[in-house]
Amino acid sequence: MRASFGPSFAEIVSPPRTRALWVTLASVALGLVASGVVFAVYGVAPIAAYSVLLRETLGDARGQAEVVRKSLPLILIAVGLAFAFRARFFNIGAEGQLLAGAAAASGVALFSDIPAPYTVWAMFLAGFAAGALWAFLPALLKVKLGVNEVITTLMLNFVAVYGIEWLINGPWKGRTVMGFAYSDPFPAWARLPVIPGTRIHWPTLVLGLVAAVALHFVLARTRLGFEVRVLGHNPEAAAYAGIDALRVTLAAALIAGGLAGLAGVGEVGGTHFRLRSPSQISPGFGYTAILAAQLARGQPLAAALAALFLGLIFAAGDVARALLRMPPQVPEMISGLLLLAVVSAEIFIRYQLRFPTVPKGGD
Amino acid sequence: MITSNAVKGRKGSIEPPSGKPALQQLHTETPLLEARGITKRFPGVVANDGIDFTLYRGEVHALLGENGAGKTTLMNILYGLYQPDQGQLFIEGKPVRLSSPRQAIDLGIGLVPQHSHLVRRHTVVENLALGLRTTSFFLPARRLGEEIRALADRYGFDVDPEARVELLSAGEKQRVEILKALMRDAKILILDEPTAALTLQETLSLFTAIERMRADGRGVIFITHKLKEVMAIADRVTVLRKGRVVAHVLRQEATAEKLAEWMVGARPIPLKPKVRETPGAFPAGEPPAAEVRPGVPLLEVEDVDVVDDRGRKTLSGLSFTLRRGEILGVAGVAGNGQRELIEVVTGLRRPSRGRIRLGGEAITRRNRSRLFDGAIAHIPEERTRTGVVAGMSVAENLILRAYRRSPFATGPLLNTRAAYRHAEEAIAAYRISAPGPGARVGLLSGGNIQKVILARELSGNPSLIVAAHPTHGLDIAAARLTHELLLEQRAKGAGILLVSEDLDELLELSDRLLVLCAGKITGSLDAREADLPLLGLMMAGGSGT
Repeated sequence: MRASFGPSFAEIVSPPRTRALWVTLASVALGLVASGVVFAVYGVAPIAAYSVLLRETLGDARGQAEVVRKSLPLILIAVGLAFAFRARFFNIGAEGQLLAGAAAASGVALFSDIPAPYTVWAMFLAGFAAGALWAFLPALLKVKLGVNEVITTLMLNFVAVYGIEWLINGPWKGRTVMGFAYSDPFPAWARLPVIPGTRIHWPTLVLGLVAAVALHFVLARTRLGFEVRVLGHNPEAAAYAGIDALRVTLAAALIAGGLAGLAGVGEVGGTHFRLRSPSQISPGFGYTAILAAQLARGQPLAAALAALFLGLIFAAGDVARALLRMPPQVPEMISGLLLLAVVSAEIFIRYQLRFPTVPKGGD
Repeated sequence: MITSNAVKGRKGSIEPPSGKPALQQLHTETPLLEARGITKRFPGVVANDGIDFTLYRGEVHALLGENGAGKTTLMNILYGLYQPDQGQLFIEGKPVRLSSPRQAIDLGIGLVPQHSHLVRRHTVVENLALGLRTTSFFLPARRLGEEIRALADRYGFDVDPEARVELLSAGEKQRVEILKALMRDAKILILDEPTAALTLQETLSLFTAIERMRADGRGVIFITHKLKEVMAIADRVTVLRKGRVVAHVLRQEATAEKLAEWMVGARPIPLKPKVRETPGAFPAGEPPAAEVRPGVPLLEVEDVDVVDDRGRKTLSGLSFTLRRGEILGVAGVAGNGQRELIEVVTGLRRPSRGRIRLGGEAITRRNRSRLFDGAIAHIPEERTRTGVVAGMSVAENLILRAYRRSPFATGPLLNTRAAYRHAEEAIAAYRISAPGPGARVGLLSGGNIQKVILARELSGNPSLIVAAHPTHGLDIAAARLTHELLLEQRAKGAGILLVSEDLDELLELSDRLLVLCAGKITGSLDAREADLPLLGLMMAGGSGT
């Protein structure tokens, strides 16, 4: 009789869908428990804290509306990222693409002569184009020269951040803002409409939901989706099948970048009504959305749901700050812990932990 | 060649066996290595089922079996990579448990893997210093060069310690792996399919080195599925089939026919009665069954050069014509331009010079997806890596070639229902054993994956079929089906370019043979006139047409 000394992993040949679900849920629960420890260390009773957070977010209509509002950029970005991940384009640059979209929309809102009813449309178009442009170069470099897109997309985030800093301190600095570093406010016709009684700028919501459904359909039922999935699963087989990797990667990258750009339009056109400091436009939506795409395992519809869940965490962070007097770093720690839990869960979906049987006989 | 010479072990000497060795005689000493009742189960299969195996000093023990017989599993258990579910290992009579290769190495076991596990960017000496107990922390490769040269000389290896591993040939890398094991003073050497990528000359030199190891009193486990090699080098043979030991004999008591029968079981296969003991002197093959029927030229390759990704010229001045209704076999040792030939004909790579015509029409610069529409079928070499998308369904894999066209696509939309219907038909027609059209291809066996590929590639009535190692790693039934399908396509008038390392397969199927060596055609002959010594010479670049 022979047995190894420690526990070992046994691969599950075909893990059932339900296993992915309960392992993911269990890991999220573990992450929440770990976050509870953070609360306790900070001096807040975890159970009490969670109950306050729950009541103030999901407990009433106002709280729910805030959850949705916080999810708006996350839905758009996560849906696009999920699609790009399926094509094996690991876009870490959604933050920069969001900011590029925000800057382009601000340019249209502040400086264009487009007639009032069309201004918002033009902002969305410009935002999509700018976000897509921000993803274009990394996609081209990846397919043509084999440059790792994780690094190029990440680096372009800094270009976007400092580009906006320059704009709001320089050429676009508002004439009416008394030395503050932000642009003039947008005119009324360049502001997105909201659902009455809430701060939900609904055009962004509609775009997010349409994108989720559309990309789900594209993946399941179109030639492009088929090509994306073949390329993502096995690039060698894609080349063998005569699939043009450049065209498919570009399509995935431009869609993901464009959707992140739309999220940026929503933030400046629906919440801030001006171009301001990058850290205020986005508290890391572009990075957090990676978590949603990961949680959803590349499924656009699931990514939208996961984005709602993360919106809940962002909204809870606001509550924690206002009612529990916590610094903004605490909710960021929580989303970090959750990311860790979810990413580690991946292996438990495909592998089963086995503990050694007690060896009988032998030496 | 047998253990009749005096054997001097590194740790004390043993008496030379007088006269002819016999099982009983060997049994009187304590074996170097003994495995008793080794059983290893994987989900759905028993890979090793109660295997007994012994290895004595100064012997070469061949472990013979088809793919999937359990050789690799047993090897991994002996090297500490897997732990057996049941059974016990003994080294020099002492029971041991191996929970890692590190332990196996410390106990004197060395593995020479089929594909080398060396650090490609490092030099030979740096690779050998790695993992050596005596290596100093600073300047690890110092002083090792001399030691390597001495050891290499002793085993008749020509190895430059300062050479970078990435520049070495497969045979040279194998020699470095052998040296690595010897430097760790391995008493037990496991050679996993050691001749798979070697030229005849390299094989001979390997065999000389094995003789040397035997004379040194080391034990060698020689894992293979090649009967010729077993008859040439082994002292004892253990035959595995479906995870069990089906035979265990002295080499003198074995015949190639008997070994083949044990290896494949009761399945009827045409045995080629042409196996001799010494490599390099293969007797003539049988004439192929089918007669040559010259047809219209189909594929014309004219003066083609190919430069690979690293800027090396891998094909130069290649010219040949493949006719309709003809199977043109391409023989050669792996890495002599076969891959590039396939890529250039199927549009995966552009030639740097020359012209390629299909049915009189130039296809040199045409891209891959258009070639597919132009009815070139491609049965790829690495079927799971390039031939299918393991994570996608059988239905989706079956339309990998035709998804752009009706009935599987309408404009930009896919018609999944048509794909499912098509898959159901293919599953029935090719007897693919899959739970259904929606089953993931990655869950199918190698033979069934090949059936999926064949079903897809042959469905569009291709005029040209490029088949690379189409039966490699398949069981006999799947291999036979593959051959039948190829012959059927030839009968329909398709031209087939068959690239294979299996000379038996080439001689059985081909009408004509080309031999590739170092990117050039070193031989072109009628398959009926082909004989193995000549082929062997051509494969080594020895003689022209």
